[in-house]
Amino acid sequence: MAKVCLIEAVNMALHHEMARDENVVCLGEDIGTNGGVFRATVGLKDKFGFKRVMDTPLAEGLIGGLSVGMASQGLRPVAEFQFQGFIFPAMEQIICQAARMRSRTRGRLTLPLVYRAPFGGFIHAPEHHSESVEALFAHVPGLRVVIPSSPARAYGLLLAAIRSNDPVMFFEPKRIYRTVKHEVEDNGVALPLDVAFILKPGTDITLVSWGASVNETLIAAEKLADEGISAEVIDLATIKPLDIDTILKSVRKTGRLCIVHEAAKSFGVGAEIAAQVSEQALWELKAPIGRVTGYDVTMPYYQNEKYYQIHPEDILLGVKKVMEQSA
Amino acid sequence: MTFTSKSTVTQVRYLDEDGNVVQPLPAWADDLDKLIEFYKNMVLVRTYDKKAIALQRTGQMGTYPSHLGAEAVGIGVGSAMAVDDVYVPYYRDMPTMMMRGATMTHNLLYWGGSERGSYFNRPDGQLSEDFPICVPIATQCTHATGVAGAFKLRGEKRVAVTAIGDGGTSKGDFLEALNCAGAWQLPCVFVINNNQWAISVPRAIQCGAPTLAQKAVGAGIPGVQVDGNDIVAVYDVMQKALERARSGKGATLVEAVSYRLSDHTTADDATRYRGSDEVNAAWKREPVKRLRQYLHNQGVWNEDKEVAWQNECNQKVQAAVDEYLALGKEPPESMFDYHFESLSEPLAGQREEMIAKAMRMQGGHNG
Ligand SMILES: Cc1ncc(C[n+]2csc(CCOP(=O)(O)OP(=O)(O)O)c2C)c(N)n1
Repeated sequence: MAKVCLIEAVNMALHHEMARDENVVCLGEDIGTNGGVFRATVGLKDKFGFKRVMDTPLAEGLIGGLSVGMASQGLRPVAEFQFQGFIFPAMEQIICQAARMRSRTRGRLTLPLVYRAPFGGFIHAPEHHSESVEALFAHVPGLRVVIPSSPARAYGLLLAAIRSNDPVMFFEPKRIYRTVKHEVEDNGVALPLDVAFILKPGTDITLVSWGASVNETLIAAEKLADEGISAEVIDLATIKPLDIDTILKSVRKTGRLCIVHEAAKSFGVGAEIAAQVSEQALWELKAPIGRVTGYDVTMPYYQNEKYYQIHPEDILLGVKKVMEQSA
Repeated sequence: MTFTSKSTVTQVRYLDEDGNVVQPLPAWADDLDKLIEFYKNMVLVRTYDKKAIALQRTGQMGTYPSHLGAEAVGIGVGSAMAVDDVYVPYYRDMPTMMMRGATMTHNLLYWGGSERGSYFNRPDGQLSEDFPICVPIATQCTHATGVAGAFKLRGEKRVAVTAIGDGGTSKGDFLEALNCAGAWQLPCVFVINNNQWAISVPRAIQCGAPTLAQKAVGAGIPGVQVDGNDIVAVYDVMQKALERARSGKGATLVEAVSYRLSDHTTADDATRYRGSDEVNAAWKREPVKRLRQYLHNQGVWNEDKEVAWQNECNQKVQAAVDEYLALGKEPPESMFDYHFESLSEPLAGQREEMIAKAMRMQGGHNG
């Protein structure tokens, strides 16, 4: 079995689905000859030709809308935005069109499309290359938002996203594009969407995270174990729809919850999880819910980005605060 | 009824690839000192560009977009503008920005990952009203239209100028800005730095029209194409466009045809998508050599002057680098300090948290 990194797993999934289903097409800026700025689409144009692997003009609104039109004809476009920070020109297409088409037409027109984008910070990138705005998309009814945290989940979840008959926002944590390699079998087996994954069982506190931060969360969980605190680690994976059942089940067992996300603190996915847990399991909590997140400021340019970043120690401190506040 | 709008575009050029005059130069070009000034600035920003790439390669700076090959566009545009005009740059605009008062140090700070790179003065020492570098493609064009709208509203004889790459002209924002500038007759000049490539995508994939200058037709404004490697032509066309805007006649679109001699940025490898033949041919047309040759032919430049000026450029660039490195980092909490005019209580709390975190990290316990 091949050991691959996250970006290679994305590439593997694209190759697999394009070969399996001739309706799958890829489009975006620099995805053809160049194989994408992060190399996610390497080799696709050579294998499937420029009719199925399209370099578009430099226009994200166009990419958003082209995908809507193509998908309405039964193609399965997988559109790449170069960075999550450059999706904004396509927001109108995504929010006002892609997310609503099935509902507006009572199912007459459906849009089996995937919008892919690398996201997240801390790779010393220039301005606008480090955003983590998954909550914007999760807030919009009609979109699935999926974020893998490892090569295996990138492969399996992307297959599922492409096979989904509804629009999926697929955000790839670029900080870990190349940092970990796992064995991933190119077997065409999709992972389930709308399901959170329990990565490590535990009994004292539930830690929920997604994307690149899952790695720091796992490191923190190890360190907590050394100190006698047993943390259960959940990788959310599909942000929307939220698998609240898996979280509730875990929280009912541990009695404590700490949410870890890279995005700014306020009005984010963490807030939604905290709200739902409060609604359904407040009396089963032994302590207030904790959040370890980014700050509510513009992501700084990279000279100071490490102070914005969440390190394992920040998670440790956040968890200890929750533990100390336990009834 | 029939409406006809002719769209014939002829490229404006005065100096050919070897620095020979192909049509009588404009009167202002009799001032050879002015041309020497252009030349010196072109060499300076080229020296800077090389150094900036070296700094990136040695980990002293972040991703950097080279302007190699676009010196005549930037120095030409920046020199033609009046001090109190407003420039709305895109990321490859260091040469224009330098002519407008942002220093090499500012450029190093910006690409070195510090917000201080966008706090600069005009050449006369006043705080600049120019915009910071714009990274999201084409959005700057609408800002220039807005700035020009403010000038027109207040009856000021100032001009807003903006630049964009060839790829960027595919975006709605660009066309929307052009359209509005035409409809409202705004004092605005749009400069396309047509360097033939948008990362790996060639000009032909962006647009089916033979020239990008023709995009002006639909907006009802003049579209001019200029040889972007000929600074005499760039400056002349810009002067006319600026004069037209200043006298209330409205906007102009200028397409400057050049070539991106470098990789797109230091994160790019152009050999993956374009052949060396094309690049080698482009080197024959490049702007610096062309003007040098002309100045040589006029007897006002020579090898000694060249060597002396190159030494001076190296010194100037090194001084900027030293200054940049000596400046160090801004305190981490500065990310809160410029966020709003005043700090709300919750944000002030986060600021305190982050100071504690920074102190922890600087103590070496950053997990
Ligand atoms: C809205 C948006 N989409 C994508 C990008 C990523 N990107 C940065 S530069 C670039 C190519 C731009 O080419 P062009 O407009 O021709 O200007 P050049 O860089 O060649 O000067 C792309 C796609 C971006 N910065 N903004």
